[in-house]
Amino acid sequence: MPLLLAILIWGICAAIAIPFFTRTWWMPQAISAHARTVDDQIVLTTIITGIVFILAHLALGYTVLFYGKRRAGAATYSHGNTTYELLWSSAAGILFIGLTLMGTKVWGAIHFQPAPPGALQIELTGQQFAWNVRYSGPDGKFGALDIKQINDQSGNPLGVDAKDPNGKDDITAPTMPVPVNRPIEVILRTKDVTHAFNVPELRLKLDTVPGLLGRLHFTADKTGVFELACAELCGLGHYKMRSFLEVMEPAKFDAWIQEKLKEKSAP
Amino acid sequence: MASTLAPPKPQTAGAGPPPGPPGGGFGDDPQPPPQPDEAAVALRRYRTGMWLAIGGITMVFAGFTSAYVVRKGLGADWRSISLPPLLGFNTAVLLASSVTLEAARRRSLEPAAGAWLAATAALGALFLGGQYLAWRELAARGVYLATNPSSSFFYLLTGAHALHLLGGVAALFTVALRVRLQRVWRRRRAAIEATALYWHSMDALWIYVLLLLLVGR
Amino acid sequence: MAESHAHVHAHAHAAPTSFIRKYIFSLDHKVIGIQYWLLAMAAVIVGMALSLLMRLHLVWPTAQMSWLESIWPTGAAGGVMTPELYLGLMTMHGTIMVFFVLTTAPQSGFGNYALPIQIGAADMAFPTLNMLSFWVTFVGFIVALAAIFVTGGAPISGWTGYPPLSALPEAGPGQGAGQTLWIVSLAIFAVGSLLGALNFITTILDLRAKGLTLMRMPLTCWAWFVTAILALLAFAVLLAAGVLLLMDRTAGTSFFVPGGLVVSDKIINHSGGSPLLWQHLFWFFGHPEVYIAILPGMGVVSQILSTFARKPIYGYRAMVYAIVGIGILGFGVWGHHMFMSGMSPYTAVTFSVLTMAIGVPSAIKTFNWIGTLWGARIRFASPMMYAIAFVSVFVTGGLSGIFLGQPSVDFYFHDTYFVVAHFHLIMGVAAIYGMFAGTAYWFPKMFGRFMNEPINKIHCWVTFLGVYAIFGPMHYLGLAGHPRRYSELTGVKFLQPLEPLQYFITIAAIATITAQVLFLVNVFWSMFKGRRCQEENPWESTTLEWTVPSPPPHDNFAGVVPVVYRGPYEYSVPGASKDYLMQTDPEGAAKPAH
Repeated sequence: MPLLLAILIWGICAAIAIPFFTRTWWMPQAISAHARTVDDQIVLTTIITGIVFILAHLALGYTVLFYGKRRAGAATYSHGNTTYELLWSSAAGILFIGLTLMGTKVWGAIHFQPAPPGALQIELTGQQFAWNVRYSGPDGKFGALDIKQINDQSGNPLGVDAKDPNGKDDITAPTMPVPVNRPIEVILRTKDVTHAFNVPELRLKLDTVPGLLGRLHFTADKTGVFELACAELCGLGHYKMRSFLEVMEPAKFDAWIQEKLKEKSAP
Repeated sequence: MASTLAPPKPQTAGAGPPPGPPGGGFGDDPQPPPQPDEAAVALRRYRTGMWLAIGGITMVFAGFTSAYVVRKGLGADWRSISLPPLLGFNTAVLLASSVTLEAARRRSLEPAAGAWLAATAALGALFLGGQYLAWRELAARGVYLATNPSSSFFYLLTGAHALHLLGGVAALFTVALRVRLQRVWRRRRAAIEATALYWHSMDALWIYVLLLLLVGR
Repeated sequence: MAESHAHVHAHAHAAPTSFIRKYIFSLDHKVIGIQYWLLAMAAVIVGMALSLLMRLHLVWPTAQMSWLESIWPTGAAGGVMTPELYLGLMTMHGTIMVFFVLTTAPQSGFGNYALPIQIGAADMAFPTLNMLSFWVTFVGFIVALAAIFVTGGAPISGWTGYPPLSALPEAGPGQGAGQTLWIVSLAIFAVGSLLGALNFITTILDLRAKGLTLMRMPLTCWAWFVTAILALLAFAVLLAAGVLLLMDRTAGTSFFVPGGLVVSDKIINHSGGSPLLWQHLFWFFGHPEVYIAILPGMGVVSQILSTFARKPIYGYRAMVYAIVGIGILGFGVWGHHMFMSGMSPYTAVTFSVLTMAIGVPSAIKTFNWIGTLWGARIRFASPMMYAIAFVSVFVTGGLSGIFLGQPSVDFYFHDTYFVVAHFHLIMGVAAIYGMFAGTAYWFPKMFGRFMNEPINKIHCWVTFLGVYAIFGPMHYLGLAGHPRRYSELTGVKFLQPLEPLQYFITIAAIATITAQVLFLVNVFWSMFKGRRCQEENPWESTTLEWTVPSPPPHDNFAGVVPVVYRGPYEYSVPGASKDYLMQTDPEGAAKPAH
């Protein structure tokens, strides 16, 4: 029976580990330099934890197989070995803490450094259960918001203040077109409860916290349409609160902006 | 109380045990080890338990304090409220009650203890009455629980403190009654000590709350 | 002196006689421990039922079940589960499992039963308070059950209850009475927990038998000790947070809700509060809470591994330091739940380093468990099998924490099924295995009967396969970016290729939940009809509970005073007359303390 147990333990270990090698279910393509650095950190972590996972299960199965009560003699009377304790504690500490210190660069590139100068600012406002994407238009300034002027029906879900000239050229859309290879600064807000901006291909997430402005920045280097799926429980429609990041050629993006401006002036 | 079990507790263990009697220290020993009396055992346990309870209550107020500091730091809508002067008088009453309680505690095995405990309870009730009047005064000025964050914390902190003090008054009253009515009560000293510890802590907690409200306002 | 000694003896023999005093309002820690353990079993059945409904809905969202409508006429109108019913069941699943199972059985259940006996005491320090703690907890459970069925629905904000969703009744179905009942249930539970904690700590500090120094305590007692300290400090803060949230909901205050919010076109009348404040308060409690859930299981596993390996625990002192280290560090890592919350990114790095650091004592414990098995002579009784399975799932669950504790990696994995895999393997599997192991180990002592060993063994390994089949694939879902807390999988396109995995998980869940019937039936059948255990020490274990009859008399030691001569895990001592030395056995007692 110890043999069966050992095989079970080793078998489970293999079953869990194998999909990490085959990458049968894996992260979608990374579409920015930052995303690739996150992937490097994830792969490194997988390798280190994978080694520990396999070694621990090998050892567990080994003890089950070779140290059954039928083995001759008495069990080893030992209270442990302080040297070994110190050795493997230090190894674990250095490995684990070292890992996160290495990852601090990846974290800091987004959160310790502001968006590059000249980044295109896009404001995302979450609400139950949709995303409102706002562009500041040619004047580069976002119009002030007044919650009393919020009117979903007449196309003013954010309550852009009609009296503020800066808001005249603001464009509000349900999806998020961006030009490829251009730094984007994302400003995150919410109308009601906490939501979260999440685009898996960017390897970026941040909560939209009521009362606060969140900031992220990225430069997408692959065109395509990528799903944006809310990542903070926000109510009964959380599962379908989604939008799309549409990375396109700059010319196409400019054309889209022009088209939106035309729609505004000639409703 | 009768079903409470007092474990037979030998002397506190030192660096190691002396060699026990044959048979593993079990069974009928020729001379049973000396037993500290139930009163001393109870005193030690009640003290430990009460310190721990105070630790827990402190953590609740630590949570409130942290919320207070954060909420105040958020800025915009914090409005100072001037504290009702009655609080000063109430504080004096509470401090006086600690004095009467000490008088009781130092006489815990004498008949007079009952009277001092009752006096403490009365002063405590007076404090609570005074707190109620202070809340009424604030309300008369139009300052209610939800008026602004500063007032929210005022009512929250003084209310939470008052709730705990009410428990203390009930305990004092019960202990005083039992001192009066029960001639032999082995746990008397332990009960009075534990109640005293609680009451003095609630006193100290009040001073803390008052200072926090004064500094923060 | 003699009078009080005799009086103590008289007390020690005064056992209750009426049914109510013996089994309902008992002051006996053994009865209270079993009451908590039974409460946890009732709760785990409810919790598993809720998760089964969740799993069924996820892969068959349009399935019509008319009996569902009869229980929840609004939430399952037409027999189809609505998203809000799913979220309500999900919230109560988490709440009931975390509080009424994992914070109940491992600590208050087994701890109440075994701690006093293991330290040589006749009962806990405050038996009346102990009884009160149980009944307060029981009331908390009833209130939680009420939240599931109340009109308006169960709360939909998850067991973490983040405002504004949890603070605004307008923010969704279930956010009215359901959410209020949820807060009240937690507050009641917190009070019961605080009372229990101070009882445990006082008992360990003041009631240990002669010769039982702290460094001779079984690791179970160390675990219950540190867990109780965590509970005393952490639940107090949860109570404070709950009071503030209740006030925001009912008294018009704004601790957690800022101004300028518009919910469903309605401008909300709050201003100035901070949702992050709730998160800080909640997780300051919430992180120690998960250590409260796992530490007792670690203690039980250490005890069982040592007993059935016939070897001292490897590195007893290091194990103690690890328990204490986990306890202390556990108060410094709460921010790792908040990396994506908008918290200061610099603070995030500090929390991350501390989180990685807390991996070290956990690693120490794992190395030492394997070290205990190394060179052992393993007896494969069912408690041992559960303990060995624990080591495997603890390693797996712990390692996924290494991913999540790094904010750079959490960018991707936060709020995905990767997190769900992580915490279920540690709490929903490892801690539960701790409960299986503890039950199998102490059952003969508690009831004077054995559980059926072959059934337990089958249960152990079927469950082992089952839980890996359920939670293993969740790692891959997370790797693919699958968000958590989604009530349907049809709203977001990139989830569609992952549906086969979700089906697999649901099938595995149905099978594994079914397999738990084996254990439940074994427990209740064996309680009344199991093979009798006439002996004091069927497992040849060394700690004090194995020196008294099975089950023990009302005052545990029949009025005599145990004396302890050695540490708790003296197995296979060279030169000893048998392969284990009881803690109370003076044979060759000139042994240096650890």
